[in-house]
Amino acid sequence: MAASESYPDELLYHAEHDWARIDGDEAVLGVTWFAQDALGELVHYEAPDVGSTVSKDASYGEVESVKAVSDLISPLSGEVLEVNQKVVDAPETVNEDPYGDGWLIRIRMSSAAERDQLLSAADYRKVLEDA
Amino acid sequence: MVPFAGWEMPVQYEGVIPEHKAVRSDAGVFDVSHMGELEIEGPTARDLLQTTLSNDVDKLEPGDAQYTLVTNESGGIVDDVILYRLDAHRYLIVANASNTSAVYEWLKERELRGSDVRDVSEDYALLAVQGPRALERLGLDHAKAFTWSMGDLDGVEVMVNRTGYTGEEGVELACMADEAGQVWDAVLGRGIVPAGLGARDTLRLEVCYPLHGNDIGPDWDAISSALGWACALDTEFTGVERLRAIKADGPTQKLVPFAMTEKAIPRQGMTVVGGGEVTSGTMSPMREIGIGLAYVPAASAKPGTELVIDVRGKERRGVVEKKPLYKKEKEQ
Repeated sequence: MAASESYPDELLYHAEHDWARIDGDEAVLGVTWFAQDALGELVHYEAPDVGSTVSKDASYGEVESVKAVSDLISPLSGEVLEVNQKVVDAPETVNEDPYGDGWLIRIRMSSAAERDQLLSAADYRKVLEDA
Repeated sequence: MVPFAGWEMPVQYEGVIPEHKAVRSDAGVFDVSHMGELEIEGPTARDLLQTTLSNDVDKLEPGDAQYTLVTNESGGIVDDVILYRLDAHRYLIVANASNTSAVYEWLKERELRGSDVRDVSEDYALLAVQGPRALERLGLDHAKAFTWSMGDLDGVEVMVNRTGYTGEEGVELACMADEAGQVWDAVLGRGIVPAGLGARDTLRLEVCYPLHGNDIGPDWDAISSALGWACALDTEFTGVERLRAIKADGPTQKLVPFAMTEKAIPRQGMTVVGGGEVTSGTMSPMREIGIGLAYVPAASAKPGTELVIDVRGKERRGVVEKKPLYKKEKEQ
């Protein structure tokens, strides 16, 4: 079952439709409800390697639906600590629970200051309205 | 909705995957009214078609249909079409939307005394109802594939064609354009699920039906495109000498079906490492792996041959398979 539209207040957002849940110097990243809805049912997750580095605003992987490929844009820079194997095995988990079981990677942040450049849920909703 | 050849086309209703599975397990309906219809009529209609189409027109009795190609001088494919014999001297061609005017011009230029070619695309709507329960839900009797007959659906007269593009049993219903809404409602009223262009593409690819403009076209000869079976090389038609020569020498490249053995989805335009190109690719909803069609060197075209696809810079392995890429499990 697809999730219903939501943008939790406790998350920070990137205008390329990604979210971050920051906990100390670590962050969990994923894509927003809007992104998964636009793509349709996901059938492939091309994940980065654990130990590789990701850079803010750059692609760290891809998700694919039957018809489309989309880059995953990192909202933060850091080192990949963990890849969500559940999504590798069952990419549709992202459609079912984009902010929970459908998370994509966990990173150790390399720049604490970057979080200040991210959007609040309210600001991200404005991005969607203006699009 | 997306624009396509002057039409607004639905890519999906509920979603590509559920629509695809509905057609494989039950029945779905596609509005394919964008496809073109040409009528060829007259005492020399047969002669015109036998010299312009690759397959043997003389195999058709009234009530029959045939997959055939409009070929150019080099054996390339102007369009792949279904030819219906309506009566002794009247035929109907159903052509791809973007090629209808090209096919019309092609035949018109070659018209013979006693044959008349008319583009009647505007007059007809075409609904493809496909799936193992399609006929049962429509209340139609089973009939041989590649035949047609007149029928009626809730009082509307329709031409019932036992043809399709999904590999499932089903029909394509041709009706007058102004009655299309009625027929559509009658089909949906029988519990048949609407399906869009997205599912149409994944369904045809699982059974390795080529898509003109992707997998086949004027620059690829019919033999290399693995459509030799639709070419009656013992008849005389445009490009036949070239096709006979290619068949005798063996093509240098061949269109082959393949499936990925590593997790990756092949896409149109990707390179086959060592030579070749993917012309169609998707995730197979039934097999849940990447599948596709690609031109590869003839030496690498045998089923079982490993091939490597460049997936946006990453090398991913697949294997050449026999067609179809998806086959229904035998009923017990």
